Amino acid sequence: MKRFIGFIKKEFYHIFRDRRSLFILFGMPIAQIMLFGFAITNEINNVDIAVLDHSKDATTKEIINKISASKYFSINQFIDREADIETIFKKGKVKAVLNFQKDFSKKLIKDHKATIQIITDATDPNTANTVSNYVNAILQQYQKGLNKDITITYQIVPQTRMVYNPELKSVYMFVPGVMTIILMLVSAMMTSISITREKELGTMEILLVSPIKPIQVIVGKVFPYIFLSIINAIVIVVLSIFIFKMPVQGSLFLLAMESILFIISALALGILISTISATQQTAMMISLMGLMLPVILLSGFIFPISSMPLPLQLISNIIPAKWFIIILKGIMLKGVGLQYLWKETLILIGMTIFFIGLSVKKYKIRLE
Amino acid sequence: MKTILYIIQKEFKQIFRNKGMLPIIFVLPLLQLVILSNAATFEVKNIKFGYIDNDHTSTSRALVEKFNASTYFNVLTDFPSEALASSSMLKGEVDVLLQIPHYFERDLQKEKQNSLGVTINAIDGAAAGVENVYVTQILQSFNQNIKASLLQVSDKQIQPIAIETIPLFWYNKTLNYKTFMVPGILVLLVTMITLFLSGMNIVREKEIGTLEQINVTPIKKSQFIIGKLFPFWVIGMGLLTVGLILAKVIFNVPMIGSLPLLYFYTSIYILVILGIGLFISNFTDTQQQAMFIAWFFTVIFILMSGLFTPIESMPKWAQTLTEFNPIRYFVEVMRMVMLKGSGFMDILPQLLKTLLYAIIMNGLAVWSYKKTT
Repeated sequence: MKRFIGFIKKEFYHIFRDRRSLFILFGMPIAQIMLFGFAITNEINNVDIAVLDHSKDATTKEIINKISASKYFSINQFIDREADIETIFKKGKVKAVLNFQKDFSKKLIKDHKATIQIITDATDPNTANTVSNYVNAILQQYQKGLNKDITITYQIVPQTRMVYNPELKSVYMFVPGVMTIILMLVSAMMTSISITREKELGTMEILLVSPIKPIQVIVGKVFPYIFLSIINAIVIVVLSIFIFKMPVQGSLFLLAMESILFIISALALGILISTISATQQTAMMISLMGLMLPVILLSGFIFPISSMPLPLQLISNIIPAKWFIIILKGIMLKGVGLQYLWKETLILIGMTIFFIGLSVKKYKIRLE
Repeated sequence: MKTILYIIQKEFKQIFRNKGMLPIIFVLPLLQLVILSNAATFEVKNIKFGYIDNDHTSTSRALVEKFNASTYFNVLTDFPSEALASSSMLKGEVDVLLQIPHYFERDLQKEKQNSLGVTINAIDGAAAGVENVYVTQILQSFNQNIKASLLQVSDKQIQPIAIETIPLFWYNKTLNYKTFMVPGILVLLVTMITLFLSGMNIVREKEIGTLEQINVTPIKKSQFIIGKLFPFWVIGMGLLTVGLILAKVIFNVPMIGSLPLLYFYTSIYILVILGIGLFISNFTDTQQQAMFIAWFFTVIFILMSGLFTPIESMPKWAQTLTEFNPIRYFVEVMRMVMLKGSGFMDILPQLLKTLLYAIIMNGLAVWSYKKTT
């Protein structure tokens, strides 16, 4: 035991001696959470719209003003010909064109009906669809104003409540995601690289012929990183509470426990990667190339899992990050406790045990 | 020239000798392109929908049936009580909940107006907004139906004014997300592979101690750097080629613009990335440090590139920051050329900025690379 403690001490010294790496480990996640918390949003704001107005009468002017007054759109270009639409779309700045038909006001008065084309650059389907919906909503409002003398009969009006995030802040969606990605990648990368490094430099041999047991070697190497990751997690949570005003409706203690569990599962994954890689380069490429995209795309961090094709929904279940994001949102935003999160917690525990078990099995004392 | 060729030969041998790395460089990225492009969709469908029907009349049943018939909603269950429904919402089993009040049908006929409760899980604000639009649309068409069936002769109707909108989706009529995402994800894979490999390469020589040996040879600084980086430029272009073929064959992504233009742009772009990689290796001592810095910038570049979330929605200062993000330009160019057929003049701003970036980055990298004696 005394030897083991000595070994852990050595590992700690090893890490804390390298000032530059320490700065990288702590500085970078902080920089990232600050940047993403403020900058990333999947809302649609300030979309550039151009107008092709064939009537230029009072009504169309009023509608254009209504649309450009909304925070979603900025109208800064007026074009005169259909042929110009293609030209501005190819430049890529303008995402939609509103095309008002001729004699708009006259038609409204005479036929009670007039037409606007909403032409969108649908290479980005999400923006195109959202722009269409928002313009429609604004026009509906405008229409209501025109028809206010007519009593509308037989109407069911929805009373809508947005729960858990009444202000629809996108920060609530992204902060848990960013926190998960940082913890996952940093933890997995750190352990996989540091263990593989010993292998590559040949010092693993020396450790293995020492009286310390192989399992102790691994635990000893990982221990400082658990400590570092926990500090990272604390910093991220504190930042998200004080700077991004993320609520913690549920128990802070549970949040801490779940974070430690997730960190251990990521470290265990790192150990597993180190058992299958011979060189640091391989270990890094597996943890970076292999983990980054799946974790970003399949964890529900940006894209809703329920909209994915079924095979991918099934694959998403093996991504630990998915479960941790559910847990984070549950504790922070819904304020639920273990009675609602026991399933996700058990899955994370199961994965951790599985990773560790597999690593122990694969861990070859003799290096090829 | 001969010297450079020898170094290139050596590098290629080293890359292809490492059996563990080959699948990671070539198979893993393309596999991800094929599989993960399907995940990147902002469509909202299969919405988990529940309802509480306190009315149990033909009208309330007809309303639920409307939701059932919609392709967006998966109608789950009729909850017997509010408590059960909200607990189900906490568990994440339901995202949209409809509450139909007592005497819903009776009041509708008497008052000609009625309200019902809709509760939406809004943690994903954007999805909640879309769900709200869907609910409103269903209720509107339901209103039209009851109007037609309940309208009595005594109700005089003046024809209301209607502004009709016709949505036209150019370049992508079916609103297919894959045509939008495949080019973007391909950009990402080409970038990641070239950056990680070049960023680690020279540091590795440092760490193993072989850089010292090269430094005492008569090889010039420029020869060494060109010889080192050229293989990764080739690998990047190769990945782009295979990726474009997969995009066409598997996803049928259109290629409207000029392919040579795309290759011309990419050849400059990869130089930027290699410059960044070299720059990182000059300022780090171990592969671990190099990797972390490469990772740090990659994550920032990815999430601030407009690849997944729109740049114009970011705050102004963040939009300014994205001007320094090479991935942003490549994503824009790739999508513009492939999907809209933008030409040389359309992508000129991106091209010039990328070229400038390449010159500055490589200048800095070569300048900071010292052949220490």
